[in-house]
Amino acid sequence: MSLPASQLTPALAVEAPQDAAVVLMPRDGRASALSHLGRMGRGLAELTLPPIVVLGLILGIWQLIDADGAGVPAPLTIWRDSHDLIVHPFFDHGGTDKGLFWHVATSLSRVGFGFSLAAVVGIGLGVLIGASKWAHRGLDPIFQVLRTVPPLAWLPISLAAFHQAQPSALFVIFITSIWPVIINTAVGVRNIPEDYTNVSRVLRLSPLEHFWKVLLPATTPYIFTGLRIGVGMSWLAIIASEMLLGGVGVGFFIWDQYNSSRISDIVVALVWVGLVGFALDRAVALLGRFVSRGTALG
Amino acid sequence: MSKAFLSIEHVGVSFARGSNTAEVLRDLNLQVNEGQFVSIIGHSGCGKSTLLNVVAGLVPVTTGAVILDRVAVEEPGPERAVVFQNHSLLPWLSVYENVSLAVNKVFRGKKTRAQRHDWVMHNLALVQMTHAAQKRPSEISGGMKQRVGIARALAMEPKVLLLDEPFGALDALTRAHLQDSVMEIHAKLRNTVLMITHDVDEAVLLSDRVVMMTNGPAAGIGEVLEVGLSRPRRRIEAHSHPAYVAARHAVIGFLYARSPAARTAA
Ligand SMILES: Nc1ncnc2c1ncn2[C@@H]1O[C@H](COP(=O)(O)OP(=O)(O)O)[C@@H](O)[C@H]1O
Ligand SMILES: [Mg+2]
Repeated sequence: MSLPASQLTPALAVEAPQDAAVVLMPRDGRASALSHLGRMGRGLAELTLPPIVVLGLILGIWQLIDADGAGVPAPLTIWRDSHDLIVHPFFDHGGTDKGLFWHVATSLSRVGFGFSLAAVVGIGLGVLIGASKWAHRGLDPIFQVLRTVPPLAWLPISLAAFHQAQPSALFVIFITSIWPVIINTAVGVRNIPEDYTNVSRVLRLSPLEHFWKVLLPATTPYIFTGLRIGVGMSWLAIIASEMLLGGVGVGFFIWDQYNSSRISDIVVALVWVGLVGFALDRAVALLGRFVSRGTALG
Repeated sequence: MSKAFLSIEHVGVSFARGSNTAEVLRDLNLQVNEGQFVSIIGHSGCGKSTLLNVVAGLVPVTTGAVILDRVAVEEPGPERAVVFQNHSLLPWLSVYENVSLAVNKVFRGKKTRAQRHDWVMHNLALVQMTHAAQKRPSEISGGMKQRVGIARALAMEPKVLLLDEPFGALDALTRAHLQDSVMEIHAKLRNTVLMITHDVDEAVLLSDRVVMMTNGPAAGIGEVLEVGLSRPRRRIEAHSHPAYVAARHAVIGFLYARSPAARTAA
């Protein structure tokens, strides 16, 4: 953004020839500010316009081929059936009769708790099997087998262990999202360039100093790759496990509406689930980029 | 035995690769006096880095010992600071933080916080890098990174400075600038330096002695050449000096006799 104004004006002249008065003064600050705004607006449009157009097309085609509304309702039918659910996400009539916001918030808080636990324990175990040859030999094969167990297969075990829905749901989140964190952290630790370890050895950093000042920063990009995969998996798992467990939560909401044949409400809930999952993924990616800025090899 | 400041005595190094072992160095002896600048030159893969890492304590000896200032080397430490070929700055720290990490570790309890800050800046000034103190390694050029690596090593006040092909990855002009900087710093601080290089001119111009290693496996020292050039040395004048020409000729002769081309011709 440090280009001099004189370099910007030709572009402006081409884009907006009607602003002749502005173009005539090449070094006018307003001119460069205007063209800057113009470029930002165009960037935003390039980003948002195509998906909106495509979405419109899909909804239109859907409406046309599904006009009778048998089976899955058409968009206009959904709008009519679920109008209240769409425009009032915050109502709360007690029990499970709440707006979608509250269901999503409950599911999110479970993910937040279970996933945080998985992140802390996963990074710890990942460092251990990345740094210790014996821990690697002993634990890695076991982890490789356990990580392929589907999330819902853990549910009966965790119900048997905890007897209650809430901790069981949390455990399923935890056990689903921990594997990618462990495995990626371990790979990161094993891939720390030897040069960095040598620097640490020449400086005689203590194990704790080495952990905070070399190992963790060097591993951060790998850790966040694991966290990003893990958060996506935990969102998949919470929806599925809530369907079986009942109570408040967007997973049970979907199941409940299915049992009362309100397919329109389910479509609305799916939109929420998709958007929240997308937001979770982006949030972890963004946090990762922020935390590991500058970690790219120079 | 010897009373040299740095003494490499009967050092042998073998690496175990599965069931068979590779002998890289055999019965290697070298004495370096305090304040001397010694270069090690030899063909690629002969074991130069291994030798330097033994002195650094990063690679354990199989036989023999390294003795620095009457103490046997057993583990790495800041009194044997290393400048690695690929700079090895920590990319998540700024230039300043890379140096201060070392300074804070070595001088904690010996210097106050303000003194440590001054010492970091002093060493950055030695390599003319104060202007980039807040930059990250990815934001500066290869030559500048190598300068910061040297500053970090100097800031530890090492008894011996170990340089592993410090300018190998740089273009000729940057290389020449850095060589001049290293000569200036050595003239000012009079530190003991062990430098690996595969550049004959670099070895002759910078060193008091050039150590030529034989080819591996089981490499040792072939010849040691005293460079009879007075200091301070100037690049342009040195190039035409008879002592420089003679030393250069001797080193090239040694290396050529051991190059693959010469052996197939024979
Ligand atoms: N850690 C190691 N394990 C096994 N072999 C090694 C190790 N380090 C070096 N070597 C071997 O020792 C020989 C000398 O390597 P090096 O000292 O790096 O040579 P130079 O620096 O002269 O090019 C090479 O053949 C290399 O493969
Ligand atoms: Mg080498």
